[in-house]
Amino acid sequence: MKDAFGLPQSLLVLGGTSEIALATARRLVARRTRTVWLAGRPSPALDAAAGQLRDLGAEVRTVAFDALDPEGHEAALGKVFAEGDIDLVLLAFGILGDQAHDEREPLNAVRVAQTNYTGAVSAGLVAARSLQAQGHGSLVVLSSVAGERARRANFIYGSSKAGLDAFAQGLGDALHGTGVHVMVVRPGFVRSRMTEGMEEAPLATTPEAVATAIELGLRRRSETVWVPGALRVVMAAVRHLPRTVFRRLPV
Amino acid sequence: MSADTAPDAARDPDADWDTVTGWGRTAPTGALVVRPRTYEEAAVAVRDCGVRGGIARGLGRAYGDAAQNAGGAVLDMTALDRVHAVDVAGGTVLCDAGVSLHRLMEVLLPLGWFVPVTPGTRYVTVGGAIGADIHGKNHHVSGSFSRHVLSLELLTADGRVRTVAPGTPLFDATAGGMGLTGVILTATLRLQPVGTALMSVDTERAADLDDLMARLTATDHRYRYSVAWIDLLARGRATGRAVLTRGDHAPLEALDALPARSRARREPLAFRTSRLPAPPDFLPGGLLSRTTVGLFNELWYRKAPRESRGRLQRISTFFHPLDGVPHWNRVYGRGGFVQYQFVVGHGREEALRSIVRRISERRCPSFLAVLKRFGEADPGWLSFPVPGWTLALDIPAGLPGLGAFLDELDEEVADAGGRVYLAKDSRLRPDLLAAMYPRLDDFRALRAELDPRGVFVSDLARRLAL
Repeated sequence: MKDAFGLPQSLLVLGGTSEIALATARRLVARRTRTVWLAGRPSPALDAAAGQLRDLGAEVRTVAFDALDPEGHEAALGKVFAEGDIDLVLLAFGILGDQAHDEREPLNAVRVAQTNYTGAVSAGLVAARSLQAQGHGSLVVLSSVAGERARRANFIYGSSKAGLDAFAQGLGDALHGTGVHVMVVRPGFVRSRMTEGMEEAPLATTPEAVATAIELGLRRRSETVWVPGALRVVMAAVRHLPRTVFRRLPV
Repeated sequence: MSADTAPDAARDPDADWDTVTGWGRTAPTGALVVRPRTYEEAAVAVRDCGVRGGIARGLGRAYGDAAQNAGGAVLDMTALDRVHAVDVAGGTVLCDAGVSLHRLMEVLLPLGWFVPVTPGTRYVTVGGAIGADIHGKNHHVSGSFSRHVLSLELLTADGRVRTVAPGTPLFDATAGGMGLTGVILTATLRLQPVGTALMSVDTERAADLDDLMARLTATDHRYRYSVAWIDLLARGRATGRAVLTRGDHAPLEALDALPARSRARREPLAFRTSRLPAPPDFLPGGLLSRTTVGLFNELWYRKAPRESRGRLQRISTFFHPLDGVPHWNRVYGRGGFVQYQFVVGHGREEALRSIVRRISERRCPSFLAVLKRFGEADPGWLSFPVPGWTLALDIPAGLPGLGAFLDELDEEVADAGGRVYLAKDSRLRPDLLAAMYPRLDDFRALRAELDPRGVFVSDLARRLAL
């Protein structure tokens, strides 16, 4: 069960090698979390992540999960929930793709969309059903500021996050009043493996900062969290820029 | 989306899928709220509550998650609210578990009787009072609520209704057992005789914590009721300054001081209360900041007389000042609040001093802190009071770093052999529980035998693995 501060005792990470997810898991394990499930494609990286969390004192298990295999989601998540309540599901999988390359290779672009959007729709609905049956828990969805308004430079990724964001908001409303809480997290540019070698955008942040914001959001039972918080104001302005101006923005 | 998980709602017209919280309004969870109106309906609700079990709920005054049951059933017992029989000569009452102490006072005061123990609110049910084994300002004289329970009827997981008498293991597990042994249906209570519905109250100020503890130690035994409001925002030499209010039921002669035509003289046993309008539900958090609470505490301390003797007060003013504001918990805003209450034994005053100092140094905005000296403990296995000092304070849940801070206080309390109060808890680290409640294993063993399928379960029980 979560405590009065929204801190979970058990955590399921979908996308168990995500740096943001692991930063969050480390933070939560330092608080109240004792049980962690890392769901992802079996890999040395996944095992390493599990080992790292084990060293912090958590009981960690991994479960095979592939965002691109929605047929398998029911079984993968069902196995986790059968072992006991999950207080927090962190939907953290996603890929950035390579915009320039993907524009020429539509099948690659589709893979981005399938991972970030349809994979999340499937996993999100499966997780939501289990959470609803247990009557409590939070579903934290890692969206992105890129989904707020798709930019020329990464609209394939941006559109997939826009879909995910809209889906998660709607799911949150559908679950309102059931005891299940859905929180959409919109980080800006996060310095991580995913963005390695890319030019940093303004208001860049770190996985640890996102983890801190998630902990705060859980305590406040927030529905939307921006990281850093200033992005809420910035994006409110950006959202209303005329297309002709927006197109010419250097970001 | 709720249709597929709440099929029972269609069958039982009184059942409703709802989000439930405790009085602190933190950690809401969803449950099927059933409101049985007869013992049979309660038995049916227990039989049908499904894999996620059920828990009885009274008036929801437990601060944390004791009367919540995520995904399962919550039995709202307040419809079982009959006072069956009052023995006016012998001073006992037989009533349903859903009867509130407020209702009991309405019925009993005109007959010259009072509830044996009342907490800071009279809006608790008899069932909840036993389940949390509540205490009041008279703990040093009268012990906790369960000491005055002559018998109770308990609906257990097998569907049987058992009559449970004090001195049996089932009674000791149920008194303070947070509803986890079954659903209390009725109880017979021993009452306190009173001459009037007024209190005769002595008030004095204590300049600091040591002064306060000295006064409580020296003269508490002269009073049936005793409590100290303590200013936890005061620092330096004033750390722990307090206002003591102590008193007893006013005898009839005490009313002679009043004008002959006053209402109190004409109807000395009339139960009088007053209520202000409730604060709105949408108040923002942060109204209770260090500044506002500091100001309130300063005024509260200053307005208290340095010393006054034998002042007459209504029962509601003396015992339940906050009941005058319905839904006062809303002033903490949507984020809610945490109540922290612990006890440390006599001889562990240093732990108390250290904790008070830490709270005051940390500037927790707490305007409802009370300090009390407990008397002898009662046998309930998870009953909270033990002889010593108990401090209770309210803190807004949104205060940064509060969780880690309270964890540190827990360690200090546990090291001093103390414990925190489960009826108020919403955040204890589970591994500290066994140290705080040495009879926990007995409690678990009895539950495992009495309720092998785990029918009775609450969010509190899940969180702390009770």
